[in-house]
Amino acid sequence: MHPIQFLEDGVLKVGTLCAYSYLGRPHSFSIGNGLFSSNSSDVYFLTAAAASAAVLFFMVYDMKVVVVGNGMVGHHYVETLVKSDINADITIIGGETRPAYDRVHLSEVFDGKEPEDLAMCTRQQYKDWGVKAHFGDFVSKINRDAKHVVTEGGRTFDYDKLVLATGSYPFIPPIPGKELPHCLAYRTIDDLGEIKASAKGKKVGVVVGGGLLGLECANALKNLGLEAHVVEFAPGLMGVQLDEGGSNMLRRKIEALGVKVHTSKATQKIVEGDQHRLKMAFADESELETDMIVFSAGIRPYDQLARDADLKVGDRGGIEIDYQCKTSDENIFAIGECAVLGNFIYGLVAPGYRMAEAAVSQLNKSSDDKESFTGADMSTKLKLLGVEVGSIGDSKGMADESRAFVFSDERSDVYKRLNVSADGKKVLGATLVGDTADYDTLLQYYLNDIDLPNDPESLILPASDGEKPALGADALPLAATICSCHNVSKGDIIDSIDGGCVSVADVKGCTKAATGCGGCAALLKNVVDAELNARGVEVNTDICEHFEHTRQELFTIAQATQTKTFDEMIERHGKGMGCDICKPAVASIMASLWNEHVLDSDLVPLQDTNDTFMANMQKDGTYSVVPRVPGGEILPEQLIALGEVAKKYGLYSKITGGQRVDLFGAKMNDLPDIWKELIDAGMETGHAYAKSLRTVKSCVGSTWCRYGVQDSVGQAIDLENRYKGLRTPHKLKMAVSGCTRECAEAQSKDVGVIATENGWNLYVSGNGGMKPRHADLFATDLDTETLLKYIDRFLMFYVRTADRLQRTSVWLENLEGGLDYLREVIIDDSLGICDELETQMQHVVDTYQCEWKTAINDQEKLKRFRQFVNADKDDENVVFVEERGQIRPATEAEKKRSQFKAVG
Amino acid sequence: MSQNVICSINDLVANSGVCALINDEQVALFYLPNTEQKVYALANWDPLGKANVISRGMIGNIGEELVVASPLYKQHFSLTSGHCLEEEVSLRTYDVAIEGDFVVFNETVS
Ligand SMILES: Cc1cc2nc3c(=O)[nH]c(=O)nc-3n(C[C@H](O)[C@H](O)[C@H](O)COP(=O)(O)OP(=O)(O)OC[C@H]3O[C@@H](n4cnc5c(N)ncnc54)[C@H](O)[C@@H]3O)c2cc1C
Ligand code: HEM
Ligand code: SF4
Ligand code: SF4
Repeated sequence: MHPIQFLEDGVLKVGTLCAYSYLGRPHSFSIGNGLFSSNSSDVYFLTAAAASAAVLFFMVYDMKVVVVGNGMVGHHYVETLVKSDINADITIIGGETRPAYDRVHLSEVFDGKEPEDLAMCTRQQYKDWGVKAHFGDFVSKINRDAKHVVTEGGRTFDYDKLVLATGSYPFIPPIPGKELPHCLAYRTIDDLGEIKASAKGKKVGVVVGGGLLGLECANALKNLGLEAHVVEFAPGLMGVQLDEGGSNMLRRKIEALGVKVHTSKATQKIVEGDQHRLKMAFADESELETDMIVFSAGIRPYDQLARDADLKVGDRGGIEIDYQCKTSDENIFAIGECAVLGNFIYGLVAPGYRMAEAAVSQLNKSSDDKESFTGADMSTKLKLLGVEVGSIGDSKGMADESRAFVFSDERSDVYKRLNVSADGKKVLGATLVGDTADYDTLLQYYLNDIDLPNDPESLILPASDGEKPALGADALPLAATICSCHNVSKGDIIDSIDGGCVSVADVKGCTKAATGCGGCAALLKNVVDAELNARGVEVNTDICEHFEHTRQELFTIAQATQTKTFDEMIERHGKGMGCDICKPAVASIMASLWNEHVLDSDLVPLQDTNDTFMANMQKDGTYSVVPRVPGGEILPEQLIALGEVAKKYGLYSKITGGQRVDLFGAKMNDLPDIWKELIDAGMETGHAYAKSLRTVKSCVGSTWCRYGVQDSVGQAIDLENRYKGLRTPHKLKMAVSGCTRECAEAQSKDVGVIATENGWNLYVSGNGGMKPRHADLFATDLDTETLLKYIDRFLMFYVRTADRLQRTSVWLENLEGGLDYLREVIIDDSLGICDELETQMQHVVDTYQCEWKTAINDQEKLKRFRQFVNADKDDENVVFVEERGQIRPATEAEKKRSQFKAVG
Repeated sequence: MSQNVICSINDLVANSGVCALINDEQVALFYLPNTEQKVYALANWDPLGKANVISRGMIGNIGEELVVASPLYKQHFSLTSGHCLEEEVSLRTYDVAIEGDFVVFNETVS
């Protein structure tokens, strides 16, 4: 009997354990973490019993699970298992030297992402999970009788259950010369390193294989500055997914982008070239010279291990599995791209993940908890070289009863084919090239077997008169998968709304929907909006009861009508007197547009108290004072001045996270004097009280740091001086790091700049705080001029279009079209507004004034800094006590107990 | 009833608040020149934020009600009744008015 079957709730019953040990089978036992925590009375019972009967051993048995292959699917298996209730002693063995990474987004490494950015896991994470991880060593043998595996490095690992997640490797056609240097593959991060190195300073690159990956790789070569060629054996590109019409359209579009496409070309040999490193000779006797070749001619499952162990394999390779993902040995599972189910290999991540989940579930005791994997939909939508391509189900219409509708528009290069059943009722498949707007709708018809409208062709035809027959979110069954990356169904989304989500952003955060490839974003929005609507949740975007407009609309109105006061604004475009929501919002818009002093008499009543007193109100009604310290660089004289002021006015001093000094406990009536002294010492306001640029943090950079490649401090100072005083929908933070070590943590800022050998990488929309967000890499290797141009545009576009109190992170997540769209607007000027954005920013820069400097020279503005209009006294409720040598506000209890020594 | 001058109109800030001492109590004075009553007075003590800050709040309307929002935690108090719209607390109100160039407090002597 297998020991696992003795287990109940992870605790071996005394009797069975004795019987088991009596059998004398050698085995090591370990006490799993957390095993006892679920049932504390058992713990008590066991420890007490153990103490009184020391002869008995109370031991707990964890099933040993060994996973071979630490790719995306192997990792998902481990993560799923760790997070389940199943107790297991897990070991994962990965052939690559690094823990699992996101292979799907591999090409982004060419766009400037670091390999670490793709990481799905770290060694530390595995450690924290209690998973033993072993990298950089291939398993070379499975010994099914002894139930262990052996690695090339000579290590042996025992298992009770073995999981093969070995994935696949690129198929390199047996062409003579394929082993020459600069003939490469495209599958791993290490491959990318080789491709990059090989491309350096070279001119021409060839990809062999015109499938999905081949085209992606061609794009990468093009981005590396090479003249890119695609050589395909078959007559068309993406032959697996596209019919002839679609394939031709794709070719035209790709050629228009400058990639040379050669179809029906059989490569016969590769030899040394004359002008370039290599020469390819084709069967039609033509030749092509190139500096490098990348093979992307299909993949082959890594199944040798299984073959050697006499496991059943498919006719065309792959480890055969059943619906439980079991191989022909019931203790061995296979999942992901190495597995074959019914002669079919599922070469996508989502089905791999489902297999992993199904395989984990087999370890449950109760058969109710066991899931099966019976196949998966292989429909795909993607953007290749900027060309949108979609394929659904039987995309080429191979089935006998399939009837096709085809739409082709050679002017705008769009091709669509819809395959329906003979009775015209069901979608069998579709091909979309150049425009995939219909993909989501068609896919839902297909997956959920929904009856088609009477004129199915209207689903793919451009809407000439009126609306397309939209597939209402209501029509979808609860089980309809909305996000296939994270397997989120319509039902899950509705559950999350039941649970309190009230916006697309909430649902995203809660269910992870639309956070994988992002392809389902539009559909998700439909479902969420429909559901909220059905519940009578009116999605009201008005800023408040006084204006029936969003902040963006108010901005446009103010700008278009040159409105400069709140009164005009509310008179013409709103109603009532305003409130603490719309007043600061309008004030911020006015400031972004016209940049007048916050204490100008029209603006005073609009400001939040922090803006009115140009200082941050603390809990007891006193204020804090934060002078600007650009880039965190400060003169000793200024430090001394700060200290003198703090001493003189009895202020509590603290260093902020933004590399400056905050002085707390200032009385309102002292603020002007304090600032006068600071300004005399050459300092200026830090705008810590405003929704505006706070600080530009910097590391010490190349000036002092032995790793630095650029002067990050200088850059930070320049940025801070440029954007200081800019009023924004929410506070704004920036940082500059002098090299990729990123000591300034720029990737957690709204605008992050990281030095490279060649210039600056720009990151946008990062965020610390309650919900941290990693900034997105926006552009790479910029010179300073372009960097400033992009930041000008980015900030002004944000100022124009964001909601009230919306950080850049949330703004970007809600921006339709996301980062790509943002790049189009800011880099390609797709809206034609960049000049305007820059002019507007320049106006703000040119009209900068230190608000405090202006204020202390204007008696009228100082009028407000009086504690009482009719008495020269202090607020008696402001009481300080001493702590660690400085003041702090007294607590209520302390104020009552007068025996406490009050200071200040 | 007696009338005491508190300050001059010039000490007020239009559509905003200042603070005055009346009989040693801190009183927030709000000047809304476009309303009939023009000047409103509430206790300056914020019972929720536990600080003397009401005069530094922002004013506006919610529906029919003229309100000031506490600068600390943003609850709204009615300028006319002193009632808080969100919580079960109230601020004392004071009977003030504008007489010529001055703000006066009408004190009821009981
Ligand atoms: C460039 C590229 C783009 C892609 N784009 C998409 C996409 O857009 N959408 C999509 O769904 N899919 C995409 N795919 C496919 C997707 O990446 C794979 O389906 C997925 O990675 C398969 O996961 P896996 O864990 O089964 O295999 P793999 O990720 O290949 O992992 C297997 C791991 O096991 C290791 N291994 C193999 N043999 C052994 C051994 N004997 N001992 C120890 N370790 C071993 C390998 O080194 C490898 O690290 C793309 C693939 C590539 C290469
Ligand atoms: C009323 C509320 C708040 C006030 C008055 C306030 C004030 C400040 C001030 C004065 C600084 C110093 C920045 C500088 O040097 O200029 C600061 C920094 C910071 N604040 Fe706040 N803050 C508030 C709310 C928050 C909240 C809610 C968060 C988190 C979500 C937050 C996160 C930070 C961080 C991370 C820094 C460090 C900035 C950096 O390293 O760049 N703050 N805050
Ligand atoms: S980011 Fe680079 S340059 Fe800056 S301090 Fe760190 S290591 Fe030095
Ligand atoms: S973390 Fe909380 S307590 Fe600390 S400063 Fe921010 S808001 Fe205040």
